[in-house]
Amino acid sequence: MPNKILAFAELKEGNFKNSAFEVVSEASKLSRECACGMTVLTIGDINQEQADKLAHYGPLKLTAVGLNDLNSKGGSADLKYSPTSFAKVISKFAEKENADVIVMSATALGKELSGRVAVSTGSAVFNDCISLQVSDGKITASRPVYAGKSIVTINTDSPKIVITIRPNVFKPVKTDGGNVELTVLSPDELGITASDFGVVVKEVVVSSEKLDVAEADRIVSGGRGLKAPENFSLVEDLAAAIGAATGASRAVVDAGWRPHSEQVGQTGKTVSPSLYIACGISGAIQHLAGMSSSKCIVAINKDKDAPIFQVANYGIVGDVFEILPALTDEMKRVVSQ
Amino acid sequence: MKIIVCVSLVPDSTTKVKISGNGMSIDENGVSYILNPYDEFAVEEALQLREKNGGEVIAVSFGTDKAKEAIKKAFQMGADKGVLIKTESADFDSFSAAKNLADYIGSQSPDLVLMGKQSIDFDGLLLPSMISEMTGMPSTSVVVKLDVNGTSITAEREIEGGKEVLQLSMPAIIGVQKGINEPRYPNLKSIMAAKSKPIEEISATYNGNIVKTVEMKLPPAKSAGKIFSNGKDDVAELVKLLREEAKVI
Ligand SMILES: Cc1cc2nc3c(=O)[nH]c(=O)nc-3n(C[C@H](O)[C@H](O)[C@H](O)COP(=O)(O)OP(=O)(O)OC[C@H]3O[C@@H](n4cnc5c(N)ncnc54)[C@H](O)[C@@H]3O)c2cc1C
Ligand SMILES: Nc1ncnc2c1ncn2[C@@H]1O[C@H](COP(=O)(O)O)[C@@H](O)[C@H]1O
Repeated sequence: MPNKILAFAELKEGNFKNSAFEVVSEASKLSRECACGMTVLTIGDINQEQADKLAHYGPLKLTAVGLNDLNSKGGSADLKYSPTSFAKVISKFAEKENADVIVMSATALGKELSGRVAVSTGSAVFNDCISLQVSDGKITASRPVYAGKSIVTINTDSPKIVITIRPNVFKPVKTDGGNVELTVLSPDELGITASDFGVVVKEVVVSSEKLDVAEADRIVSGGRGLKAPENFSLVEDLAAAIGAATGASRAVVDAGWRPHSEQVGQTGKTVSPSLYIACGISGAIQHLAGMSSSKCIVAINKDKDAPIFQVANYGIVGDVFEILPALTDEMKRVVSQ
Repeated sequence: MKIIVCVSLVPDSTTKVKISGNGMSIDENGVSYILNPYDEFAVEEALQLREKNGGEVIAVSFGTDKAKEAIKKAFQMGADKGVLIKTESADFDSFSAAKNLADYIGSQSPDLVLMGKQSIDFDGLLLPSMISEMTGMPSTSVVVKLDVNGTSITAEREIEGGKEVLQLSMPAIIGVQKGINEPRYPNLKSIMAAKSKPIEEISATYNGNIVKTVEMKLPPAKSAGKIFSNGKDDVAELVKLLREEAKVI
């Protein structure tokens, strides 16, 4: 039986990421099922107004460990993030709170931190889970393995567990809500110093302001069926019409038509949006590995035997050059209603 | 430069997965195994660094006898030495793999440890950071560009929506991402040379699993989708279904 559950809520430019709500909601569900306490941690400088965004998930205690403070002491304003320092903050805070189950999102950051936090707190780690169950106060998790071709169920005898949950899979469930009691803690109070940053971040290059495919709730992806890089405007137009991110198959990434950051699949990103539209993508197993857990899959392909149709909820057998413009127009019409 | 590359053997990604009789693992019959694709990038990066700076490349794998196949593939590409940290059971968790590799790495004082960012069987995505935490060596992963200058490393890595440039001091652990290089194809000469290279076997320092497998299953079968075949004329119906039935628009 866990003692206390710690939810780590990730910020992006001062605001909670969508995945943070999923984590807080799931942690609060676990704490109800395990009849144990819960606390939320975030790393960054936030105010009460931002903290209140978590109010839907019950009366909460939220601790924000600010970094400004540390940066001023360290003398360099660039010391924003390092895996070692963040992992140390989470581990020390868990120790201080006597929290034995730590829940984070399996975002790029979460996946980077989970192993470290598990080692430093002596916990088992359940990474990238798609479902969690509690029976007799014991947590069991399921996660996809072998490129999603099978699902493994795992548990542990260890009283301490670090869990990361796959983004977009656990829908945040709003409860009656309540107050968010915000405490601001300086890294000093957890015994963290600038030397804990270990790795120095010299530069961050944001490649685009576009919505990242790993976090998007809707994705329109294009493959070799689009024939040439300039034709991706068809994919972009449809994406814009429904507020989706754009994705790509490896074939078009390798051809240099699209950036690698858009690649969906086993060697690209794993996504599970509520809507995934695959245009001119055959549906090779490595592509399916990255997107088959999407809730609704739509395929547009001129080959009726393309494997993508086997995982599609809906599909049109036809030419992308004919269908995409029509689909974009129809979506615009419907969305504007 | 002494470079350790961690290599693992994984089922080919086109493998059709069947669950074995015990319901706890996949049926290995008929499965063909390959060197984890990301580890191929790691071996290639190590070889290029050796070609530039001199030194040696040691391929190490934690696993059963079968894992020797991964080391042999690294030999074929050009690795100098191979070490198998041998365990009897193929059922081990990330902690146990990390602990054994960390103990070995700690005993060897390498200048650099190269790994893949993930293994494509269990998609753990854990080992580079776990080993970093265990050995105290700095690390970063998902690296697409690596520059070694003296005792310092500049690494460019992918982050959500962009790139990040990092500075680390050596010895360090780097997890590599596709795009960092083009792995070489072994030529006949290197394939022949690989045959005579011995693999050193050492026994595992830690046996045991913290994470236990309860069961392994195939994912629930998807019911057949609604597929239309009148091209453009189906668009209105499709959007209607997405809105009213699937409720995603
Ligand atoms: C180790 C490994 C890892 C890999 N990782 C990934 C990965 O992460 N992601 C990934 O995507 N792939 C990955 N692949 C590659 C994968 O095997 C496929 O080669 C790739 O996904 C194919 O991309 P595609 O569907 O765009 O191209 P193709 O397979 O060439 O398919 C193009 C499709 O477009 C259709 N088409 C053509 N013209 C039209 C038209 N006018 N209108 C409508 N449809 C049309 C065709 O019918 C066809 O189905 C990996 C491969 C390996 C070996
Ligand atoms: N059994 C193993 N032996 C040696 N290296 C491994 C083993 N398993 C994983 N690795 C290394 O760790 C990386 C990340 O693996 P993982 O954390 O399991 O996704 C891989 O790309 C390999 O470089």
